[in-house]
Amino acid sequence: MSVAIITTQDSEPVFHVIDEHDHPEGASTMLGFWIYLMSDCLIFAMLFATYGVLGGNYAAGPAPKDLFDLKLVALNTTMLLLSSITYGFAMLTMEKSRIGATQAWLAITGLFGLAFLGIELTEFAHMIHEGATPQRSAFLSSFFTLVGTHGLHVTFGLLWLVTLMVQTARFGLTEANRRRLMCLSMFWHFLDVVWIGVFTFVYLLGMLR
Amino acid sequence: MTKEAHAIEPNAGGHGHAAHGGASHGSLQSYLIGFGLSVVLTAVPFWLVMTGAIADKQVTALIVLVLAAVQIVVHMVYFLHMNTRSENGWTMMAMIFTVIMVVIGLTGSLWVMHHLNVNMMPLHDMSQMP
Repeated sequence: MSVAIITTQDSEPVFHVIDEHDHPEGASTMLGFWIYLMSDCLIFAMLFATYGVLGGNYAAGPAPKDLFDLKLVALNTTMLLLSSITYGFAMLTMEKSRIGATQAWLAITGLFGLAFLGIELTEFAHMIHEGATPQRSAFLSSFFTLVGTHGLHVTFGLLWLVTLMVQTARFGLTEANRRRLMCLSMFWHFLDVVWIGVFTFVYLLGMLR
Repeated sequence: MTKEAHAIEPNAGGHGHAAHGGASHGSLQSYLIGFGLSVVLTAVPFWLVMTGAIADKQVTALIVLVLAAVQIVVHMVYFLHMNTRSENGWTMMAMIFTVIMVVIGLTGSLWVMHHLNVNMMPLHDMSQMP
């Protein structure tokens, strides 16, 4: 490390480190991950804009009122909200280094996430069975792109969750694993935020159209 | 930053650059408050739309949108622990930038495409065009 010496008049020399100091491993991970989330946010914003522009073009096909079942959407929203709070509990137990409790909460979170995906896929299967496929109209193309992209994010979140549970089981709550779990925490809560937009913009406002 | 510093205090380090130095954690209380608010802010719009409690659809839509915006803020604060201090304010900076981009992208798209729809619809009598 090089050091610059600045000598001031009749006083002790002052030392400045002009090189950048060391950064511990993972020091910038959380900010970097946050910036990734923000870029993901832009992807979703553009998909929302696409849906907003095309959402009314039914091409004489089914409209939201013919397709959506708000009870199912409410159930789905509940699943994702519950998974958010259980992940929060996993983070709280992680801070207390209670590995068993952390794993249990992560598993519960995973089950809620799985329930969410199952309900969403059931809804998609039902729609496609009725002929409301992505090819049917611009409304359905943009609907499946937006909601499907969110579902895909949840799927990858679940894969990540399982990976981290295996990691934690094998190596314990190490510094790196804590950091990874915190990244997934942000990812998971972020997906819940996006879902607020989906159920409001797509489902609730769709039923009001 | 030394190994010893890590061993003594894993969450704190010199230079304000520790691995977790920037991220703030929630407490059980903050998670529960966030969850309670989210349940209310989710249940009310669903109830409004499913029962049609307010006859005017535009008013219902407006309330639903406002509640969604409030819920997003609740999630940001109580679940994602957003504040102006974490990472020396850079998370907030990144978010403000993103919000600006999202607002420009969303309102711009909707605005431009709405006008395009209005003006391009075959409502005009095309035979009168030069």
